[in-house]
Amino acid sequence: MTKKISIVEKIHSANDQLAAENKQQLNQADLFSLNIMASPGAGKTSIIEKSLELLKSDYKIAAIDGDVATSIDANRAAEAGATAVQINTGGQCHTDAHMLRNALMELDLDKFDLLLVENVGNLICPASFKLGTDKNVLIASIPEGDDKPYKYPAMYQDVDALIINKIDLLPYVKFDMEYFQKGVQMLNPDLITFPVSCTTGKGIEAWVNWVSEHVKDKKVS
Amino acid sequence: MHELAITEQIADIAIRHGEKNKAAKITDLYLVIGELSTVIDESVQFYWDLITEDTICAGAKLHFHRIPAKFHCLDCGKEYQMVDGELSPCPFCQSTSMKILEGKEFHLDSINII
Repeated sequence: MTKKISIVEKIHSANDQLAAENKQQLNQADLFSLNIMASPGAGKTSIIEKSLELLKSDYKIAAIDGDVATSIDANRAAEAGATAVQINTGGQCHTDAHMLRNALMELDLDKFDLLLVENVGNLICPASFKLGTDKNVLIASIPEGDDKPYKYPAMYQDVDALIINKIDLLPYVKFDMEYFQKGVQMLNPDLITFPVSCTTGKGIEAWVNWVSEHVKDKKVS
Repeated sequence: MHELAITEQIADIAIRHGEKNKAAKITDLYLVIGELSTVIDESVQFYWDLITEDTICAGAKLHFHRIPAKFHCLDCGKEYQMVDGELSPCPFCQSTSMKILEGKEFHLDSINII
């Protein structure tokens, strides 16, 4: 005979549980952490390099780079001054809490002030898999087009900060900033936004200051 | 293509509850998926058949209950839904300040077992 069993359990509950454990581990080490997400080519690694350049004299920084394959990004982060760990997701389109947990085991967390986690380049999947980092950051870039908040609402909804990269390309690309920001406002009102260019360096300071303030706050609290 | 990871999570939850209830077989799964959750039913079904082959879930039917996205306009207070699956300003006052009321759901509601 068929019997109905009521469950009502979130599909992501196992990942969420691991993310909570990661968070606890990072809190114990007073380590401020960022999960950096974006589409491929938006400039995740470039933003990390720029951030390292300006922050490495003040803080000890670790970088964890999630990629489907290769260790190109981890190498770039290491060259820019971070202690880098590469996660190869083996074809999976996102970094999940379990992968981050394994990567954290390779680091002596107490030695670091800031952890930058570079997620796999993708605007869909990483939004669903929490990692347990303090803040989720999304990098949009001008050549991607101004319609991305409308097409990838889940990604824009849950982030804590937005970087708009490659603003030096605005004169050459059709990008309606007002339309873009209207979409962002709908999904995530009052989201803190940093328009930057890694090429010219414009706006990077404001972003780095925001990161720095959070690192200091976490040390004090 | 996060549907594979998602499908594995669904199977894990179903099997855990099935075993707890001493099920010989799980015949049906009832999933609730909000319109704003980026999950494709067909892909989940595709992976489902592959990964559950040798489990108590083999052959189980997946039922997807889709919940439309619903918004509450913070300026005029009215509620509205997406038009043609597209995010749009409030159709009554054109405001872009809104709160998402429904559409982010993503859970396994119940299973049928024998």
